[in-house]
Amino acid sequence: MGNRSIVPFGPQHPVLPEPIHLDLVVEDEKVVEAIPSIGFIHRGLEHIVKKKDFNDYVYVAERVCGICSFMHGMSYCEAVERVMDVDIPERAKYLRTIWCEMSRIHSHMLWLGLLADAFGFESLFYQCWRMREKILDMFEMSTGGRVIFSVNKVGGVLRDMDHEMLSNFIKQFDDMEKDIIELTNVFLEDYTVNTRLRDVGILTKEQGLELGVVGPMMRASGIAFDTRKLKYAAYEWIDVEPVVATEGDCYARTYVRIKEIFQAFDIIRQAVKQIPDGEIAIKAKGMPNGEAFVRVEQPRGEAIYYVKGNGTKFLDRFRVRTPTFANIPSLLETTKGAQLADVPILILTIDPCISCTER
Amino acid sequence: MAKLKKSPWIIHYDGSSCNGCDIEVLACLTPLYDVERFGVINTGNPKHADILLITGGINAQNKKVVEQIYQQMPEPKVVVAVGICAYNGGIFKECYNILGGVDKVIPVDIYVPGCAARPESIIDGVVQAVDLLEMKQDYFEKNGISYNKAMKNKNESNKENES
Repeated sequence: MGNRSIVPFGPQHPVLPEPIHLDLVVEDEKVVEAIPSIGFIHRGLEHIVKKKDFNDYVYVAERVCGICSFMHGMSYCEAVERVMDVDIPERAKYLRTIWCEMSRIHSHMLWLGLLADAFGFESLFYQCWRMREKILDMFEMSTGGRVIFSVNKVGGVLRDMDHEMLSNFIKQFDDMEKDIIELTNVFLEDYTVNTRLRDVGILTKEQGLELGVVGPMMRASGIAFDTRKLKYAAYEWIDVEPVVATEGDCYARTYVRIKEIFQAFDIIRQAVKQIPDGEIAIKAKGMPNGEAFVRVEQPRGEAIYYVKGNGTKFLDRFRVRTPTFANIPSLLETTKGAQLADVPILILTIDPCISCTER
Repeated sequence: MAKLKKSPWIIHYDGSSCNGCDIEVLACLTPLYDVERFGVINTGNPKHADILLITGGINAQNKKVVEQIYQQMPEPKVVVAVGICAYNGGIFKECYNILGGVDKVIPVDIYVPGCAARPESIIDGVVQAVDLLEMKQDYFEKNGISYNKAMKNKNESNKENES
């Protein structure tokens, strides 16, 4: 047995755009235990639901996290709509679905880039981010924002995409898909990348079920579950099959996320084919009174929203359970026994979003 | 810009932002916007850095971290506060855990507007920071003394003038 020592990791660390702090107990080069401490980005966002009008709070909900901002705004609206018993127009549902899947592509491309940076493949990192800019341009074209869109409102969406724009997007996706296949093949087939990812940080199916992991992390361990099957937005009319891998290591997680990018392209194509004409929003009358749960599949996994209204314009309670929060226990499990040099990759493969975890 | 002699390196710290500004800061470093053409490189080590980019407001937990990073950076240094949250807390101003903008803890030289700040405006902020850094560097070289000392002398002479 070697000497035990503690290596602090974070909150400011080159591979992390966000602050997370881990105290790594190491024996020589092996990690024995990881002790997390969080709260660096805690703002107390859920509390201001009592001070802001429920219609204005959409903009705060979008800023729970800047990466999946659209989905946060959408899920909040969806929850309030369920409380108020508002049935939004079908076109709005489809538009939400399209933006959701575009967010997923952008988030996964971003993650692939950060992963490449974590194992020191800088040109791959740059290529991933170059591809991602195309999606951001489309966002800017359709919503006016690059990362924070503010197109959701209670009762529908604020902007429409006309037929010309949608068919233009589909054309661009076809070109992008070819480039992305070339790019992601590096992750899946390159020898050097494989040596860093294969058999690192294995999480078995049993461990996964026990720790309650969510999202791509769960699907990489062989559990076929996708919240998109639960029918929110327009997913009830769209064909989605969860992408599953069985190995449970970092390679499997990368594989699942890469396949989900192509799945997202497919969903957008289906949605554009089926989208009906009509209104994009209806007026939500009255005040929310009652409570509702909404479960959505974010790029990082399943997020749960809870909203409770009391008949006034200020809500009683707003609560978010974010995917990273559910995945942190599995991170601690996989770091046990890992090499110190692999810790950045292990942290990245859960795709941490500390900003939504701490709110 | 023209007389730029050295390549300034930046360090990025996420205060308590929503990630929106952070990914835009990273987008600045990647091919489309590419601040590396100004010689700017992102580093993780505060002791290598000249420019500190901070996004998001200050809360009770990260106050000390920001102070520490600032103190570890060598003189001369420039602080750029990116986004409205780094100015005064922005949309999170009313939250109970937000103490305010970055200037509550450390002196800020340049504020970049926006929520989320656009890459173009972040680059503008960085370019201005590079100019400011050059000015501070000149002052440093001309006087042949450490920047802290120089500022101290300046403050003292100001006080004398006032009295």
